[in-house]
Amino acid sequence: MDQRIEPAAADDDGWTVAGRRFRSRLIVGTGKYKDFEQTAAAIEASGAEIVTVAVRRVNLADPGAPMLQDYVDPKRVMYLPNTAGCHTAQEAVRTLRLAREAGGWNLVKLEVLGPPPTLYPDMAATVEAAAALIKDGFEVMVYCADDPVAAKRLEAMGCVAIMPLGAPIGSGLGIQNPAMLSMLIEQTEVPLLVDAGVGTASDAAIAMELGCDAVLLNSAIAMAKDPIRMARAMRLAVEAGREAFLAGRMARRMGADPSSPLTGLIRR
Amino acid sequence: MIERMLSLTVNGEARMLAGPTTVAMLLAGLGFDARKVAVERNEAIVPRSTYGETWLSPGDALEIVHFIGGG
Repeated sequence: MDQRIEPAAADDDGWTVAGRRFRSRLIVGTGKYKDFEQTAAAIEASGAEIVTVAVRRVNLADPGAPMLQDYVDPKRVMYLPNTAGCHTAQEAVRTLRLAREAGGWNLVKLEVLGPPPTLYPDMAATVEAAAALIKDGFEVMVYCADDPVAAKRLEAMGCVAIMPLGAPIGSGLGIQNPAMLSMLIEQTEVPLLVDAGVGTASDAAIAMELGCDAVLLNSAIAMAKDPIRMARAMRLAVEAGREAFLAGRMARRMGADPSSPLTGLIRR
Repeated sequence: MIERMLSLTVNGEARMLAGPTTVAMLLAGLGFDARKVAVERNEAIVPRSTYGETWLSPGDALEIVHFIGGG
């Protein structure tokens, strides 16, 4: 008999975004992998039920080239199309209209970025694009700065998930501003996800311990030396972080407090 | 006999097509599975259900896209 302990998430009832229920609290990207086989294996190991994808021109010179859909079945994991590379509201709307036609769904990830080296969310352009997308019937999960004022505005506009960065995209620097992230979690009624900046499992666990509904990451898995193993580490970290959040951590105290009773000690 | 050539752009590339062509015929001719792509014609979405009846016009600007890996 397999005596393995069930994953901690067994009694976690999952989370809901835009009326859709998901059990996994980990969303993974599909970029930067060595090949499609590795992409598919990493997604499988991560347990993710949602994956982000980009929309690009087909290669007219190579129509027979393998496509992501041949390896990652959109019927098994939900594709969440992004607006990577779009710098204006108009480009974002055009891109996601194409994604909607390609996939037939309206749940999307909006990201409008500023220039390198930070690729920091351009909040003015993000707000404008969110308005245009919501008007066009999209359900917008929005990548944003950890800016409580902008986040509240996006939520009030009708965005279905608020997704602040933990650190710059692809930096792997972890949760750089946990205090502000806590305040964002506190003020947000729709799902709050950390999107970008996670570098290793403990970063994902910290985000979940603070009370995030889910974590979105890509590079931390794809750029690890063993992406499949890191995908599993991320699944476990997100589950562990969620369990720790639900358990409620002990209070911090300045000083020691012995774990063993001081009574009944043998004496000379 | 004069061939009615159709001049348009696909993903930014100039293309010449021989005679009347629908979106479905264009995709088949290029070798793409219509179920795995989306098509925009002059910045308007072409619904997949209408590929067979959407006839292309000279000067049309088409975008054919698909999903790729991304974060």
